[in-house]
Amino acid sequence: MEKVEYKMYKILKESYMKIDFNEKDKLLKLKIDDEIDHHRAESLRRVADYEIQRRNPKKVILDFNNVFFMDSAGIGMVIGRYKTASMIGAKLEMINVKENIKKIFEMTGILKIIPIIEEECNE
Amino acid sequence: MNKKKYDNEMKLEIMSKSSNEAFARITVSAFASQLDPTIEELSDIKTAVSEIVTNSIIHAYDTSDEIIKIHSMIEDNSITIEISDTGKGIEDIELARKPLYTTKAELERSGMGFTIVETFMDELKIESILGLGTKITMKKIIHNCEENNLESES
Ligand SMILES: Nc1ncnc2c1ncn2[C@@H]1O[C@H](COP(=O)(O)OP(=O)(O)OP(=O)(O)O)[C@@H](O)[C@H]1O
Ligand SMILES: [Mg+2]
Repeated sequence: MEKVEYKMYKILKESYMKIDFNEKDKLLKLKIDDEIDHHRAESLRRVADYEIQRRNPKKVILDFNNVFFMDSAGIGMVIGRYKTASMIGAKLEMINVKENIKKIFEMTGILKIIPIIEEECNE
Repeated sequence: MNKKKYDNEMKLEIMSKSSNEAFARITVSAFASQLDPTIEELSDIKTAVSEIVTNSIIHAYDTSDEIIKIHSMIEDNSITIEISDTGKGIEDIELARKPLYTTKAELERSGMGFTIVETFMDELKIESILGLGTKITMKKIIHNCEENNLESES
């Protein structure tokens, strides 16, 4: 493994994000498995950007099913990933966002550009 | 702690390490739970504490070995939380309160911290002196426990 790859591999293993890429549909699903605060945002951000850039998806979905806490760090994290996705022409959507977290997103108006898609059901 | 002024009181000092953000919000919410808040009220308190503690870590201090003080008081059906640092201080408090205002956009901050606290809590007071530090006081009334109190809020 190359050095950069290995470093990313380590971060990946330590981060709380599950990655699922559908080659056929070019759909990248990032399932966050942790609380999102300033402490956690950094590693989530690195893993997400790394995956978005190397997979070159058409659409990125952030799955919040296992996120029970988020503060303003999450707003920055989501907007930042929107920027990364936009750079390669990919769309960004969110699914399974809990009420207390939705409340925070609603305060910012970003749901107009990064929608919460409801149809997905919880596994 | 001196003579009884409140129904209950708690003090906590933490180092300005980001791993303490979760510790602080969980501790304060555990203390608040004696008021029998709803899950939503508890979640609001957790978020507010996280916002303010994170602000001290990111904006007040440059290093992670400084001290952040948290003082929490329960009186009737309300909880008051004071969080203070001895860091840089806020230059313009009016501006800092505005949604989307941030001095750290390069760190992917959105400038929504104080706006979230203002929405989730019933009171937010910001006191700050440049070069000396910042003290945030916030209060939340827990509506859930009104029925248990003989004298409910007036
Ligand atoms: N404890 C503090 N010490 C010094 N400056 C502070 C402190 N708390 C807040 N500030 C200043 O107030 C501004 C607004 O704070 P606020 O929490 O609303 O936004 P933010 O922290 O920049 O972004 P976000 O909270 O959305 O991630 C900050 O950018 C910073 O300049
Ligand atoms: Mg903040």
